Amino acid sequence: MDKIDVVIVGAGLAGLSCAFVLSGHGLQVIVVERGDFAGSKNVTGGRLYLKPISGMASEMLEGAPFERKVVRERWSLLGSTNSVSIDHTCDRFRNEDHSYTVLRARLDRWLSERLMARGVFVIPKYRVDDLLWENGAVAGIHAGVEDIPAHVVVAADGVLSFMGRKAGLVPPLSPKASAVGMKEVLELPEEKINDRFNVGDGEGVAHLFLGDVTKGVFGGGFLYTNRDTVSLGVVAGIGAMMGRTPAMDASTLLDLFKERYEMRRLLEGAKIVEYSAHVIPEAGYDGIGRLCGNGILLAGDAAGLALNMGVTVRGMEFAIASGIAAAEAIVEAKASGDFSEKGLSRYRERLKETFVLKDLEASRKMPGYLENDSFFSYYPETFPALLEKIMWFDEDPKGPLGKTLWKELRSSGMLSVKRLIELYRIRNI
Amino acid sequence: MKIDEKLALDAFKTDRESHILVDHDICRSKCTARHCLTICPGHLYSFNEQDNEIVVEYAGCLECGTCMIACTEGAIRWSYPKGDFGVQYRYG
Repeated sequence: MDKIDVVIVGAGLAGLSCAFVLSGHGLQVIVVERGDFAGSKNVTGGRLYLKPISGMASEMLEGAPFERKVVRERWSLLGSTNSVSIDHTCDRFRNEDHSYTVLRARLDRWLSERLMARGVFVIPKYRVDDLLWENGAVAGIHAGVEDIPAHVVVAADGVLSFMGRKAGLVPPLSPKASAVGMKEVLELPEEKINDRFNVGDGEGVAHLFLGDVTKGVFGGGFLYTNRDTVSLGVVAGIGAMMGRTPAMDASTLLDLFKERYEMRRLLEGAKIVEYSAHVIPEAGYDGIGRLCGNGILLAGDAAGLALNMGVTVRGMEFAIASGIAAAEAIVEAKASGDFSEKGLSRYRERLKETFVLKDLEASRKMPGYLENDSFFSYYPETFPALLEKIMWFDEDPKGPLGKTLWKELRSSGMLSVKRLIELYRIRNI
Repeated sequence: MKIDEKLALDAFKTDRESHILVDHDICRSKCTARHCLTICPGHLYSFNEQDNEIVVEYAGCLECGTCMIACTEGAIRWSYPKGDFGVQYRYG
């Protein structure tokens, strides 16, 4: 059977972006997707940063069904009975195309339809079972009773990447290097979202929560406003949850989060329309797989290209950029007729030249830093408690503000050597 | 809202065969922690005292793969459901 140029496993953002560029260069490409349609198996928090990919993907994403432009960034530290929040906005968030909230079943589906209109085959309901091999090189895919021989396979099959593992390019996922995200999509009228979150039409909020939301273990909560829904979820480290005593049912975290006073009014009357879960790679730069082998490339989550920066989480723009870089490397490999690991190694170089590996490498020490439970228990308990003490007035006379603050900083251990070392270590991340 | 009511909001197409296979011998001989009972976002795992085995309600699987990662004893054999089956997200 004749080989086609490229078969892409997974019609997510990495796979579809790759197909978009390949088809633009006239290569024969087939995308296979196990869901009923592109996006139907995908989950995001989530928000897509557009600036990093504006040069490479603006044409592809023209007219994309984004939900809301993020104009407010919020962070909250949740103690068990109190909280502190920060709300940041700036003119640039409103005036420029910086980041947008998205829903994957809409965005990915739209992109796949755009590709099909360009003549690319995106085959749904198609689960790939295995890779085809030929002289030590990947030579296509096998599904059910069918083979699709190809010069190159792009494994864009998500965080669990069965294809990347069959090719020996990525190790098994470890509990320590993975987190599980659980999300509800809640329906709320557009005007209610505008009012409750203090934003205008088409504008939205990205809100991250630390502390009591994960009951002290690695992870956090998130809230993203969509057009007429809200994405609300909890992410918890799998290893951290396994190590917790007493054990806690992961599926209850989100309910406890929603019951909090801080959330109740925001979500009042909102109707749950979907519940989803997804694994997130948390190892950062050091968790990235080998990226390519003979006849195969890995893109997006499959390659481990996700970044938890503490203040925000990123993944989708890495998926898009890596899909595009993979396509460009394949175009060059086709021109030279060399689809070996060496022929495809331009992929790794391209990723090194772009923000993808630069940003991941810059935050290389972040996963290690975030292993510190202080961020999920001590600080979220201490900061709100400090403010509570300052802001509580009763018949007891109040001491001078500065003196009270100093006393509380000392007694809470904020000025201890341990905390100061933590602060000092920030310069490394 | 109870977890099974939440799962009932999702669109599932259920295969007759389970895509999650549990090796009960490994569970009985090696596992004491039973992380699968608490880590699954769909709370689909339970322990049947009578048969002394783990039971998984695969029909409500959200296909995240968390159980497979958390089962460090390797008792959970997990694959994606066949094409045309499993959860179909409408929002994602």
